[in-house]
Amino acid sequence: MNFKLLLSIANSLLIARLRQSMVAAVGVTFGIAMFIAMQSFMTGLNKLLDGLVINRTPHVRLYNEIKPNPRQPVNEYESYKGSYNFIRSLKPSNVRLAIYNNGNIMQALKMDKRVLGFTPRITAQVFFNNGVIDINGVINGIDAGRESRLFHFTDYVVAGKVEDMKNISNSIILGKALAETMLINIGDVVQITTVDGERYPLKVVGFFQSGIRDIDMIQSYTTIATTQKILGKPGNYITDIEIKLKDLNKAPAIAKEFAKSYHTDAEDIQTANAQYETGSNVRLVISYSVAFTLLLVAGFGIYNILNMMIYEKMDSIAILKATGFSGNDVKRIFLTISLSIGFVGGMLGLLFGFLLSMGINHIPFETAALPTVKTYPVNYNPAFYIIGILFSLLTTYLAGLLPARKAGRVDPVIIIRGK
Amino acid sequence: MRNTILEARNISKYFYDPVRIKVLQDITFTIEKGEFVSVIGKSGCGKSTLLYILSTMDTDFEGELLIDNVSMVKKKEEELAAVRNEKIGFVFQFHYLLHEFTVLQNVMLPALKLNKYPEKEIEKRALEKLQMLGIGQLANKESYKISGGEKQRVAIARALINDPHIIMCDEPTGNLDKKNSTTVLDIFMRLTKEFNQTLLVVTHDNSFAAATDRIIEIEDGRIIRQ
Ligand SMILES: Nc1ncnc2c1ncn2[C@@H]1O[C@H](COP(=O)(O)OP(=O)(O)OP(=O)(O)O)[C@@H](O)[C@H]1O
Ligand SMILES: [Mg+2]
Repeated sequence: MNFKLLLSIANSLLIARLRQSMVAAVGVTFGIAMFIAMQSFMTGLNKLLDGLVINRTPHVRLYNEIKPNPRQPVNEYESYKGSYNFIRSLKPSNVRLAIYNNGNIMQALKMDKRVLGFTPRITAQVFFNNGVIDINGVINGIDAGRESRLFHFTDYVVAGKVEDMKNISNSIILGKALAETMLINIGDVVQITTVDGERYPLKVVGFFQSGIRDIDMIQSYTTIATTQKILGKPGNYITDIEIKLKDLNKAPAIAKEFAKSYHTDAEDIQTANAQYETGSNVRLVISYSVAFTLLLVAGFGIYNILNMMIYEKMDSIAILKATGFSGNDVKRIFLTISLSIGFVGGMLGLLFGFLLSMGINHIPFETAALPTVKTYPVNYNPAFYIIGILFSLLTTYLAGLLPARKAGRVDPVIIIRGK
Repeated sequence: MRNTILEARNISKYFYDPVRIKVLQDITFTIEKGEFVSVIGKSGCGKSTLLYILSTMDTDFEGELLIDNVSMVKKKEEELAAVRNEKIGFVFQFHYLLHEFTVLQNVMLPALKLNKYPEKEIEKRALEKLQMLGIGQLANKESYKISGGEKQRVAIARALINDPHIIMCDEPTGNLDKKNSTTVLDIFMRLTKEFNQTLLVVTHDNSFAAATDRIIEIEDGRIIRQ
């Protein structure tokens, strides 16, 4: 049957039942609009939260963990080779936190095609002396340039200048929460004490705010050279190498490989941040199930309307069949009706969904934890709109299938005889 | 040369509700091109049942049915629909127009389905048919806003649109008054005389039947006269 005829018959049947058809379409519109708005908002939020943690977390971190030596003498002893040896009261031995041979490791990383970039670090426990109280903290010796490039360090420095860290000797950038606790301003000098008891004065040149208070309360940053000086370590002393990969998903495998070949511990981002991934997935599942529920309701609406329409139009169906329309033609007519409702409803849904997400995007959302965010985040991903319209067509197709098949199977003889 | 349009060979039909009853028994006859045949018989003797079988809408029967010398038995639903579309025109007691369409569109519908001519051409032909039946002025009216007699004439125009081999009617005048019945009969007469149109009409109206070329009389599912 030619498509134009099919459309014109479907169209006239639709118009005969315009009000109900519109109600059905509004159902679809509502479902799709909610889907779009929720998806945009949820993934916007996901991206924001991912940015909060994942952007700043290395994909693979090389370090030396404090732990007991896995090679214990008893295991090496010939006579006990094949047996289970239970060792009690084992303590971690004198571990070197430094990454041994780090120059060569970094050279190898530079050649590695899978690695996007890396940056060396020194982390050291210190105390910030604040009057009579000592506050526990961590000093990170970093390469500010690389750190900014790979982990957006500059974005989180909310006061002062990152360059000053390099330009002014013995300078430090403090976590904002820490600085507030100690009532310290930029330009002040803060006294620190290392674990070994050395005291050292550092000039505060900036504040750092990550959005996570636990971090801002203990972390501080200075150059690698300054940290080495504070700790009294040589120029090749490095405790961490933070690596960003080209493909984040390969992190677990690559971490294992690096741990083996570089004789260090290696932690991948998935292990370090398992809970964030779970959160992202939960939000996605929520928005899909809301859309699914709404579309299910809309689908039932369409199913009802088509059934009603078929019941009312039995005579028309009978006459169409008597004059030469096949069961398939009739089925196609009713499927077209259903799909038209889905298409119109879906398109309007996309429009309203877009407007809704724009609305959400304008709601102010200011929180001290997120200095760069002023309104609720929204992700305008075209993929949602494609999924949305496919969703609406699929739902209406499925909802229309049963009634349409019923219409296709109407026996004209029974109808004509019944008159 | 004889030109057989429709041939029924030993057609029998059973209904199983509530018990097995034979409604039609060994119906055998042929209809030639240009014949105007009427089928009469008492109410319940199986006239309509026979017509539904001959029109290919009812496929649940025994025997052979040939239209245009082609067997309709074993044809698929889709193929039968195509046969109905191209070769058979229908007029029922109740006019069965599609209310969503205008009179003209109703007439055009089977031709649009057949898709043999462009739409403009179909429209022209539909108008011609309507004018021939004296209702050209109704062409653009909505089909539920015209009288019963007019509806029946629209149904005839629709039956004619694809130039079918045969037009089948089930009591086309059963629902009409004397005047309208006469009009319909006149139309049928003209169709056979002027256009050599083959017609098969089931009727209760003996005066109507008397005017036709041939009468097939059915009693208790058998042909008793033809
Ligand atoms: N679906 C059915 N199931 C069982 N019996 C049926 C069915 N349809 C019709 N019949 C019976 O078949 C017989 C023939 O019916 P049909 O409609 O062909 O009669 P008819 O000759 O057209 O009568 P009328 O002149 O009143 O229209 C009737 O006795 C009727 O009761
Ligand atoms: Mg009858």
